[in-house]
Amino acid sequence: MLKRESLRERVGELLKSADTSQRQEFLDARFEAGLAWVHFPEGLGGLGLPRQMQAIVDAELAAANAPDNEPDRIGIGLGMAAPTILAHGTDEQKQRWLKPLWTGRQVWCQLFSEPGAGSDLAALGTRAVRDGDGWVVNGQKVWTSSAHQAVWGLLVARTDPDVPKHAGLTYFACDMTAPGVEVRPLRQLTGEAEFNEVFLSDVRIPDSDRIGAVGQGWTVAMTTLMSERVSIGSSRAVPREAGMIGSVVKTWREHPELRTPGLHDRLLRLWVEAEVARLSAERLRQQLAAGKPGPEGSAAKLVFARLNQEISGLELELAGADGLRYDDWTMKRPERANFFGRGPGFRYLRAKGNSIEGGTSEILRNIVAERVLGLPPEPRTDKEVAWKDLPR
Amino acid sequence: MTADTAGRLPDLLYDDTERSLADALKTLLDSQAGLLARTESAETYDTALWRKVAADLGCAGLLIPERDGGAGASYREAASAAEELGAAVAPVPFVGSAVVATVALLACARSGSAEAERLLRRMADGELTVALAIGFATAPDAPFPRSVRVAGPHQGDKASGWARLRGSVRGVADALPAAMLLVPSDGVPHGLYAVDLSSARVTRSGVVSLDMTRQLCDISFDDAPATPIVSGSAAADAVNAALRAGACVLAAELLGVAQRCLDMTVAYVKERHQFARPVGSFQAVKVRLADLWVSVAQARAAARYAAACLATGAADAPVAVALAKAYCSDVAVQAAQECVQLHGGIGFTWEHPAHLYLKRAKADSLAFGTADAHRRSLASLVNLPAP
Repeated sequence: MLKRESLRERVGELLKSADTSQRQEFLDARFEAGLAWVHFPEGLGGLGLPRQMQAIVDAELAAANAPDNEPDRIGIGLGMAAPTILAHGTDEQKQRWLKPLWTGRQVWCQLFSEPGAGSDLAALGTRAVRDGDGWVVNGQKVWTSSAHQAVWGLLVARTDPDVPKHAGLTYFACDMTAPGVEVRPLRQLTGEAEFNEVFLSDVRIPDSDRIGAVGQGWTVAMTTLMSERVSIGSSRAVPREAGMIGSVVKTWREHPELRTPGLHDRLLRLWVEAEVARLSAERLRQQLAAGKPGPEGSAAKLVFARLNQEISGLELELAGADGLRYDDWTMKRPERANFFGRGPGFRYLRAKGNSIEGGTSEILRNIVAERVLGLPPEPRTDKEVAWKDLPR
Repeated sequence: MTADTAGRLPDLLYDDTERSLADALKTLLDSQAGLLARTESAETYDTALWRKVAADLGCAGLLIPERDGGAGASYREAASAAEELGAAVAPVPFVGSAVVATVALLACARSGSAEAERLLRRMADGELTVALAIGFATAPDAPFPRSVRVAGPHQGDKASGWARLRGSVRGVADALPAAMLLVPSDGVPHGLYAVDLSSARVTRSGVVSLDMTRQLCDISFDDAPATPIVSGSAAADAVNAALRAGACVLAAELLGVAQRCLDMTVAYVKERHQFARPVGSFQAVKVRLADLWVSVAQARAAARYAAACLATGAADAPVAVALAKAYCSDVAVQAAQECVQLHGGIGFTWEHPAHLYLKRAKADSLAFGTADAHRRSLASLVNLPAP
């Protein structure tokens, strides 16, 4: 196995042989050198090393001012598509998809949720029907970020309506440029359209773009969703007063005229909660780094959703009369989700999505209760029933 | 802004030493019985248990350096021990003697007091139990107490080196099983004195306390003979360090209380059936326990951070301790209240231990500064000024 020093040497060789001013070419060379994600196998951008050794590569490259692959822009590809392809894809699919995914040449999106299947994802109704050496897909997906930029979509579709809902699903990569794929902006209560609706009408998908076996779609989708949780959990420690609380304490310090005793008490309570949440995230990161992942990851999203909502609510009240004004209702398509660079009204409204997107807080509490605390599951009436016979 | 803007944080996990100490304590405490009956007996503190905790497991000397016969451990180990003692609501003076009085004496020893060092050597193996004579509700950074004053000398005091103390202190924790008191005393200058509790001029009267697993007492001094330890700012600093350490370790104790309340309640709702199903299968119950689990996980990070900061003397320690005491107080009270509520009728009885946890949680939450007091101290520590 490569030691730290030889990993550093390998980075040094890359920096010598590849021109950092040619962004795309440099990223190609980095992938070929196995320095894209060192925990991936050799030949697929990695070196088969422990995940935590990536930090060594990232530090060396950052010190050399090398361009990165703009991970914010391709988060779904990196965090969800790549682990799914690695775990369930064929060798041909790994060779075909992973390099353009990592270098950012191809953006991925996620075609999971539907108007009729939100928390109950396994009830989804988008149909994929066999047709010769491929499939024909019809249905509607929703809450798809990056769909208007994506070349590929991670698609779960129903291939067998005659079996219980979890058993009749199959997983595909959907070519977003194929005929019959229509992407429409989905406008949120903030006024902007960060997400999309995707309409699939007689979209042909070759069988070579199926990921995992027919009927195994739920298992593959679980890999995608668990990877989302891991990628959220392993983020770096943030400084004190980063995030939403930072914005409100700045206003508090700069505007003594806005202070009241009631707001002061709420501010102190929220400052304490935000700081404790930061320490908890760091404790979780330390557990992962020590190879002892705990279930606390499921707590983090619950806490951040509630705190973001309470803090942004306080920020709007602190703004007083200015809180009655909103910066901009016109429909815009932001590049990525961002709380800052907008007014407190936007933060207040956008934070409402935090307890809905990526698993509602209600579903997360059930998951904590059942999987962490081992409390009895909800009585299920839909487990043994064919999907087509479920009430809807 | 305060320190720690770079996001670099100390180890917030438990190391092997901390885990093995906690395991040993848990084994000992799991075998204890008669906790409830003791709260109505003449001797509310369990001195036999304290001997085992203090001497056999070495908890009395955790914070005392090895050269003085202690374990030379840190606040991290003391906090781990406090978690287990809290989980068992053990009626032992660990916080009062092994943390608060010890930290005060360690500060005095650093100021050059040979008497403090002599006392620490006797405390290290659990032979001597000491309490700081200060109200349990006193918060760190409170003004130096003035309810006990240095009185005029008696005949022969000059030869014996004694001072005389007169006055009283209300609501002192862990003084009933102590043999020696450290008394903050007003005078010119004010100072910290050691008072032997065998003296007839000191009277302790047990208080009917909210938490009878840590019974308070009122103490009066009638020209009690006292040995001076330190005076002036050294005394104030020692008292302050002791209170801050007390708040930190109480936060860990509260975490232990909260975790045990959660565990007991989860076990109970899996077992208890109503409407032909476990009550823990109802979402109204499940979501409350899920929320509580989240809060306890958060409290653990806060308590660990405070212990880690005190252990290294980090500049952020006052913030960390205020944060932990404020947060863990609220979480433990919430946990104990949920424990009572979700046990239903049995949780409201005298025979079920839930009330011992509720009383410990609520009393601890008032001790060494309420959550509100610690949040107000954060206001100045992190520059969030009041209107």
